[in-house]
Amino acid sequence: MVGGKNIGERAFQGFTVAVMILLMIMTLYPFWFSIISSLNSGQDLLRGPVFLWPREFTFASWKAVLSDPGMLQAVGITASRTIIVTTVSIVYTSMFAYAFSRPYLKRKSFYAAIGFISMYVHGGLIPSFMLMNWLGLYDTYWVYILPALFGGFWNVIIFNANYKGIPDALFESAKMDGASEYRIFFQIVMPLSKPVFAALSVFSAVGIWNDYGTTLYYTQSPDLQTLQYVILRLIQSNRAVENMMSTGSGMNLAVMNLLNKTGGVGPVTAQTVELAAMVIASIPMIILYPFAQKFFVKGVLVGSIKG
Amino acid sequence: MAIPKEIAFAEKKTARPKLKSFKLGYDIRTQLELKSMLIPAVLFIFLFDFTPLFGLLMAFKDFEPVMGVKGIFTADWNNFAHFKRIFVNNFQLWPMVRNTLGINLLGAAVSIPCTLLFALLLNEIRSTRFKSLVQTVTYLPHFLSWVIFGGLFITLLNTDGIVNFLLMKLHLIDKPLQFLADPKYFWGVAIGTGLLKDIGWGAILYLAAMAGVDQSLYEAAAIDGAGRFKRMLHITIPGILPTLMVMIIFAVSGMLNNNFTQIYVLQNSLNLPTSQVIDTYVYQTGLLNFQFSSATAIGLMKSVFALLLLFGANTLSKKITKTGLF
Repeated sequence: MVGGKNIGERAFQGFTVAVMILLMIMTLYPFWFSIISSLNSGQDLLRGPVFLWPREFTFASWKAVLSDPGMLQAVGITASRTIIVTTVSIVYTSMFAYAFSRPYLKRKSFYAAIGFISMYVHGGLIPSFMLMNWLGLYDTYWVYILPALFGGFWNVIIFNANYKGIPDALFESAKMDGASEYRIFFQIVMPLSKPVFAALSVFSAVGIWNDYGTTLYYTQSPDLQTLQYVILRLIQSNRAVENMMSTGSGMNLAVMNLLNKTGGVGPVTAQTVELAAMVIASIPMIILYPFAQKFFVKGVLVGSIKG
Repeated sequence: MAIPKEIAFAEKKTARPKLKSFKLGYDIRTQLELKSMLIPAVLFIFLFDFTPLFGLLMAFKDFEPVMGVKGIFTADWNNFAHFKRIFVNNFQLWPMVRNTLGINLLGAAVSIPCTLLFALLLNEIRSTRFKSLVQTVTYLPHFLSWVIFGGLFITLLNTDGIVNFLLMKLHLIDKPLQFLADPKYFWGVAIGTGLLKDIGWGAILYLAAMAGVDQSLYEAAAIDGAGRFKRMLHITIPGILPTLMVMIIFAVSGMLNNNFTQIYVLQNSLNLPTSQVIDTYVYQTGLLNFQFSSATAIGLMKSVFALLLLFGANTLSKKITKTGLF
């Protein structure tokens, strides 16, 4: 298509670009606003919001967040559970999908049935809560791991669609040479399906990193809190600094001194701590998501087109 | 072109020659290997997806949390007393259902056209680099958690936040609007933040469908003198109709499922009249007030209605457009 010939076309093109730029600003600005506000002195913010650049630049709020032991513990729990669950669930889910995709699998309809039922029928919150209690997972670290180890039938379907793109001849010759199913899976299927593995790993990691429901429903002890949950509590209390002070005597002395020196309205205030925590918690996702975008198109969409 | 259907629901019967003729893979060793690959997932499905279904018995019984798990089976049946109580003398039922449906249906009515429009406009952009820049930027919020995205907007919409600051500076308002404290704004806040968070990512499906439309159709139409708008109307939109249908089915079948993670973040005691939805109510009555039985009953009813809606919407869509999820 060649275009941009007449005025109408040009006007339309200009309008489209303007809409896109506006949307990009609306998407990015809240984030930029929180970055500059968290890097600005809290006391100074009371005079009025900053718009483009910090007025009184300081790392104090970031330091306060990063040196809080409760926050660091939450980061540890969130990161470890993200890594463990993503790795294991991708292996279990893709392996299930592989076996499920084999045309010679006997009683395939049984697996299809339980898969579809698991997608559409749920016990709901309270029965799950009872189950966690019964299994002794309630308020333990395991509640973050065990229930999430299977990535769901939805992902099985996506894996399956991708496996269909692999030529049958490869499987046949491998089978005739006597390769075991595990060998075919790990040495043929996995290397040939890298994009979908990458895409679904990233989605899984994003989902777990961002999850706070598990903490809210199935834990109560403060040392099992995930990062998102801690930030949620910071937001909800709306008195971020006081909240951090009340999280116990293990409070970092430096932060306490910092706060005491300024009587609570120094460079670190409730608002700046909250914003700093939000910015810090989203950094891993900001690093990860361009990969998700790339592999989503290459892995998930392409695989499903091949159907 | 059946791409969108595939994305939403990919398992499609393909007429591919089966290996059956070789009789390869039907030996016991292979079958055992395959079983061993399936078993972990099957165990997890049974344990974490199916076992809780027994808990649904609580909805029909006089269950007390002190009875423990055994109580689910031993408690007395109570002739649907919980269900009766939900409908009779429950002042919270109507506002809760109204909020759930209102936020979801209005949200879908706003977000589906906006996302579609965004995708259509983006598709008209010729510069590939600008296009991918827009996509990358607008995908960002989808990957941030609701705690962070919601938290950002709580800060922005505060009485001393930037939105009120700007509105005051522009003399549009005299005193700050209580976006999160005044119940009358909550639906708007929920729908608006929901739209902004997922408009970019939602467009990905439409864009994929648009990429699948036969390009020669556009050329032919251009030669016949169809302008940009006409081509959009008569080629692009019919081309993505299956995707649109799938999105509508999802919206209809999901109208009882609020995004708990979103609502819970934005909710506070002041906006409760318009922010209490079924999911937050179940959490509150069940896990905070320990009324396990009635919370289970409400959850069960919601699931049943949601399932009926899903099948209904699917059947209707199949009748009208020959496209459905299954």
